[in-house]
Amino acid sequence: MDRQPRSLKFVLLAALAALAAFPLIGDKFYLQLVTKILIMAMFAMSLDLLVGYTGLVSLGHALPFGLGAYALMLLTPESQAAGFWMSLGASLAVAGIASLLIGFLVLRTSGIYFIMVTLAFGQMAYYYVHDSRYLGGSDGKYIYLRPVLEIFGWQPFDLENHAHFYYFALALTVFVYATLRVLLASPFGRVIGGIKENEHRMRVLGFATFRYKLVCFVLAGMLAGLAGWLAAAHDGLVNPEMLSWHQSGQLLMMVILGGMGTPSGPLLGAAALKLLELGFQGWTKHWQLLLGLFIVLSVLFIPRGLAQIFDWRRRG
Amino acid sequence: MDPVIFLIQVLNGVQYGLLLFLVASGLTLIFGIMGIINLAHGSFYMIGAYLAFSLTRQIGDFWLALAAGVVIAMLLGIALEWLVMRFLYERDHLYQVLLTYGLILVFEELRSLVWGDDVHGVQVPPALDFSIPLTDTLSYQVYRLAMSAICLAIAFGMYWLIQRTRLGMMIRAGSVNRDMAQSLGINIGLLYRLVFALGFALAALAGMLAAPISSVYPGMGNQVLIISFVVVVIGGIGSVKGALIAALAIGLADTFGKVLLPQIAGMVTYLLMAAVLLWRPRGIFGRA
Repeated sequence: MDRQPRSLKFVLLAALAALAAFPLIGDKFYLQLVTKILIMAMFAMSLDLLVGYTGLVSLGHALPFGLGAYALMLLTPESQAAGFWMSLGASLAVAGIASLLIGFLVLRTSGIYFIMVTLAFGQMAYYYVHDSRYLGGSDGKYIYLRPVLEIFGWQPFDLENHAHFYYFALALTVFVYATLRVLLASPFGRVIGGIKENEHRMRVLGFATFRYKLVCFVLAGMLAGLAGWLAAAHDGLVNPEMLSWHQSGQLLMMVILGGMGTPSGPLLGAAALKLLELGFQGWTKHWQLLLGLFIVLSVLFIPRGLAQIFDWRRRG
Repeated sequence: MDPVIFLIQVLNGVQYGLLLFLVASGLTLIFGIMGIINLAHGSFYMIGAYLAFSLTRQIGDFWLALAAGVVIAMLLGIALEWLVMRFLYERDHLYQVLLTYGLILVFEELRSLVWGDDVHGVQVPPALDFSIPLTDTLSYQVYRLAMSAICLAIAFGMYWLIQRTRLGMMIRAGSVNRDMAQSLGINIGLLYRLVFALGFALAALAGMLAAPISSVYPGMGNQVLIISFVVVVIGGIGSVKGALIAALAIGLADTFGKVLLPQIAGMVTYLLMAAVLLWRPRGIFGRA
């Protein structure tokens, strides 16, 4: 994987420090906004593992995200909080098993077929949830209480508290980021990089590329499930829109806008797109028109994403 | 199952399948020849339906409105190709997905600005606004039969255009080897523009034909787009013949799924796709 330019390291550390200090000054609205951005950033990082590093363009990544969210909803009793470890474990397991089954099918295809088939599976899950009265149908369902995190009677985070939830999300984001960095620097990371460049050659070199891709697909799915669990806990609400392909499309936009295949690209992209959305929403009812035009123009004019701005020294 | 009900379901399935074929054939042509994955194809279908709504009001006659709508769709297709699509030919599929996804948002909001967010209906043309009685209580709408006939005629027309005409020869040449075709004196830029306009017009025509029976509503293109993707994947990308067979299979599977397995009706078509992919990862007529 490419080394990070030093300027980016400073930016990242400064950003982390700013994020850590943020609850001291930000009010509840902005705290929740940044929490949402962190959740989306985690979600986008999981997609970047597929799109940017392994070369698998999935347009159905909302599926494991939604499954993670719905698992928390199903495990939360009516007037009681869900168990933290049990619900988190269930979300990860459901997202992982679904990704394993779907990955086994979709990874037989590649290129444009892969895009279309992941999209189709995503929509299948969407319609299933949308039409299921048990899962709340098109309205979704509320989750009245957030899970209670308890380790032998000790509560490191009180998730009902906005600032605590924020720090919890920040800690998870840093954890996911670090895990991915370590993974991508490992021999495993080199192999998937090789698969992205030239899968045929990797196979000739003796790597069971299908298994590597399947592991990536499942891992990315589980991270998406984690983000979904967190999103459901944060919003206190699940609905079919979490599984819709608009979710997948916007996520892909975050990854590309930030710069795919760069470690910090998804973070930048998630923040940029969320803030942009907020800005457009405050401006006009037809904000999606502006967002759409923005997407079209950015594909045409900044193909390598925002991360290329930090990359200026190596250019030309 | 009662034979009359069975007949009605078969007719419905075939009619739905043929309509899907119109949308999916444009999608598969645009991919097979231009190498572009076009998510905005469902929006073309929606634009067609809204055009049918406005034009029948303005002109008064459904068939004239249909003709005018096809011309407008062709012009829109040419404009869109010239404005954005032509910059995508050399780009990765990823960017094509993203840009056409952006186009969906743009078209959906433009639709909201021009036509508002209400649901509209389009009158079935009076000459066809009657039903053939099958039993004392059951009958079949003639308009649906006419729709199937039109779709079939277009399928044959496309076969003739691609296999039997000089333009079709150029299209086939361009899909096999773009550079070679160009060096033999075929204007590839113009050819691509025509193919894109044709694809746009086919999707819009499908929307216009569907308008009298499905009504006209926001977001109507999305579901059609996804099902068309399933059709294209099953049939094999780039194969018009595959699209026809797959569309009929999906149409029948969906119709009978709703009758026989209502609990999982929404999933039947996707299960069919999964089965085909296990058997042939590149679709029935896909090139290896």
